[in-house]
Amino acid sequence: MTRVLARYGWSLGLLAILAILLVATRLIQPNFGASGLDSLARAALPFAFATVGMGIVVIAGGIDLSIASIMAVAGVVAALLMHQMGDANAGWVVLIVLTRVPDIVVTLAMLFVWEGVALLILNAPGGAAAPWLRELVVGAVTIPGLPPELTSWLPRALVVLIAFVVIFWLPLRRSKLGLSIYAIGSDQHAAFRSGVPIGLTRVAAYGFAGLFAALGGLSITLSTGIGEPIAGPYLMASVAAVVLGGVALTGGKGGLLGPIIAVFILRTLRLDLTLLSVDPNVTTIIEGTIMVAVVMAGGLLAMRGRR
Amino acid sequence: MTEAAAGRVVLDARGVAKRFGAVAALKDASLTVKAGEIVALMGANGAGKSTFVKILTGALRPDSGHIHIDGQESRFTSPAQARRAGIMPVYQEPSLIPDLDVGDNLRLVDAPIEPFRHWVDALGITNLRLDDTISQLPLATLRILDLALTLAKEPKVLMLDEMTAALPTDLVERVLTVIRGQADAGRTVIYISHRFAEIARVCDRASVLRDGVTVGDFVIEPGIEEKIVELMLGGVPTRAEVTGAHIRAVSSAETPRLRVSQLAAGSRLADVSFELRKGEVLGVVALEGQGQDELFDVLAGFRRAQGGTIEVDGKAASFGHPADAIAKGLTLVPGDRKDALLMLRSVRENIALPLLARPSKWGAIPMREEAARVTGAVERLQIDMRAQAEVRRLSGGNQQKVTIGRWVAAGVETLLLFDPTRGIDVRTKHQIYPLLRELAAQGASILFYTSELGEIPLACDRAIVIFGGRIVDVIDAEAATEQNLMRAAYGLTEKERAASSSAEARP
Repeated sequence: MTRVLARYGWSLGLLAILAILLVATRLIQPNFGASGLDSLARAALPFAFATVGMGIVVIAGGIDLSIASIMAVAGVVAALLMHQMGDANAGWVVLIVLTRVPDIVVTLAMLFVWEGVALLILNAPGGAAAPWLRELVVGAVTIPGLPPELTSWLPRALVVLIAFVVIFWLPLRRSKLGLSIYAIGSDQHAAFRSGVPIGLTRVAAYGFAGLFAALGGLSITLSTGIGEPIAGPYLMASVAAVVLGGVALTGGKGGLLGPIIAVFILRTLRLDLTLLSVDPNVTTIIEGTIMVAVVMAGGLLAMRGRR
Repeated sequence: MTEAAAGRVVLDARGVAKRFGAVAALKDASLTVKAGEIVALMGANGAGKSTFVKILTGALRPDSGHIHIDGQESRFTSPAQARRAGIMPVYQEPSLIPDLDVGDNLRLVDAPIEPFRHWVDALGITNLRLDDTISQLPLATLRILDLALTLAKEPKVLMLDEMTAALPTDLVERVLTVIRGQADAGRTVIYISHRFAEIARVCDRASVLRDGVTVGDFVIEPGIEEKIVELMLGGVPTRAEVTGAHIRAVSSAETPRLRVSQLAAGSRLADVSFELRKGEVLGVVALEGQGQDELFDVLAGFRRAQGGTIEVDGKAASFGHPADAIAKGLTLVPGDRKDALLMLRSVRENIALPLLARPSKWGAIPMREEAARVTGAVERLQIDMRAQAEVRRLSGGNQQKVTIGRWVAAGVETLLLFDPTRGIDVRTKHQIYPLLRELAAQGASILFYTSELGEIPLACDRAIVIFGGRIVDVIDAEAATEQNLMRAAYGLTEKERAASSSAEARP
């Protein structure tokens, strides 16, 4: 029991915070219900995909600064061609591995490259999303045979997110590739001596990050109906959610459940502050303060636990 | 052992050489190991053992030479390849991933769980759970787990690097039994160790490296220790030129500068007590990993001791931070100069740094005083100032002079030198010894660890010998021949004293 608590304690704590925030939302806005939940989930979806991508790279001991601009590229390409860009990132990571330039330099460079590419493809918001794809993320789940009242509280966006994470991450987490990603983030020398192929594993981690970033970009296009070539605030938001979600920036520690819950916490918090008509500038101050407080509290608890 | 001689050759390495820049770490190393054999790989510090092991296990590529496994030429480009060929090392640093649990570590390297459990039991680790996180387990357990995991993969050649270091005695017994059993079952073990007692117990042969060259291969038999020690040193050493003149009579009656009692730290430093007198250069002799790193770290305030006391000038002291130790006049010159210097800054700034470090001196820099002190230190140490703008462009010897020079400029009381002459040229070395004598003559106390035993009689008044985390011998400079020091460092003199209280041990 204590082991389960030790392992999932952080995520459980985050869930509790999220529950409190949702209750608070309901208190502030008594008619917050299924449609509110739907728009919250839809707003959170691109953030969640960005966070999942960033989370994988950070667990592998790296960082990907180009995540938001990959999302923009994927978004506009999807809006124009209605097919997604996929794994554009993996090729560039070969650069990191071959030249041993620090991740932060290459991905920073790629940030600018993708930023330009997105604007070249589409210099103003435009394009369209196929209606049947939009249906995927807009509205509530309907399951044939079940009365709609039962499923109306479950937003499709949330189901899509859960589906992708379950399909990709859970098998990955238990696979040798997944363990290798943790291994190179945890202790690169030990991983090398254990026979883990460091270079290939890093390429794979960045590849997954690119894939999830592309999904994130696609989800923006689907929920707004148009392609947006200017990268959104997803880079900093994804790093924030990763940290708040209990992933160590030094790599090797944490999972993806925590960061996803953290995304919803940050989104719900923002919603609450908006509902309370707090000045948006004050909102960012409050968000930052809460992040530091939660991470510090977690650090203190971890130090206690070690003694 | 007789059957072993009849076994087929499993691993055969010949003429292996490796250079790192200008340094030839290995020149001509060879090793032949047969099935069912345990072969000890021996050599003094810096003989090239670890480079050789890294090449055999695929972590480094050799510049030249051939390695045959089961008669087939092998060129490993990664540890993964060597593992697939059946060569599996257990390194001194456990290769387990700290943030994963035991079960995930097994899955990562495809080690089967049932055999792993069997070996964990056989090696005497009880109540291990597969969901224990590696970073929460003690070092001794990790080394055993690393061994059990490797055994579970049924290696063709098991390579153990200082396997019994950091292990308590009951676990050492079990490890030795298990690896002897491996050899008796027809597997091959390469056993790297400094401990003669263990080698005599389990090994069939010993291969000796000196200065990157394999110089001998012996069948283990009683009395072979002396021969191996001799070989590791390179024949019977000619007695080093010792000038008795520099050895100052130090009165043992006055309060010592530093008194260390029963100091213990980490898993290696068990129980060390000694006195460092005023105006004395006290040598520290130890094989790698006998606790000397921990001793210097504690004295310099880098880590806290788990037991024992430190007295400076008769007053009890405890250091929580290097600044505490420096405030008491204890300053460390680390073995790796990169740890001490600001590589991109100038010689002057590096020397002046300790003068300016205290917050009370954070104001304007007294330029004239600083310049005088720095110039004084530069002249005294004859630092070559041609490349003074960036310390990283200086030669190793000159860099080391800068690390010592900064404490000379700051006014040194107690200098802790950790292998200061590692990798520097002979001329500079011979400038450093007289400098140490000179500093001592002016009243400084110097604790001087060196991996080159020949330096002890040149610079020291006495030397303490550490083995297995304890002091096993104290040797005066006059008696400190390389051979005496080496025998003591391998724990042989202590064994003799324990064995024969009647026969007097040779000094």
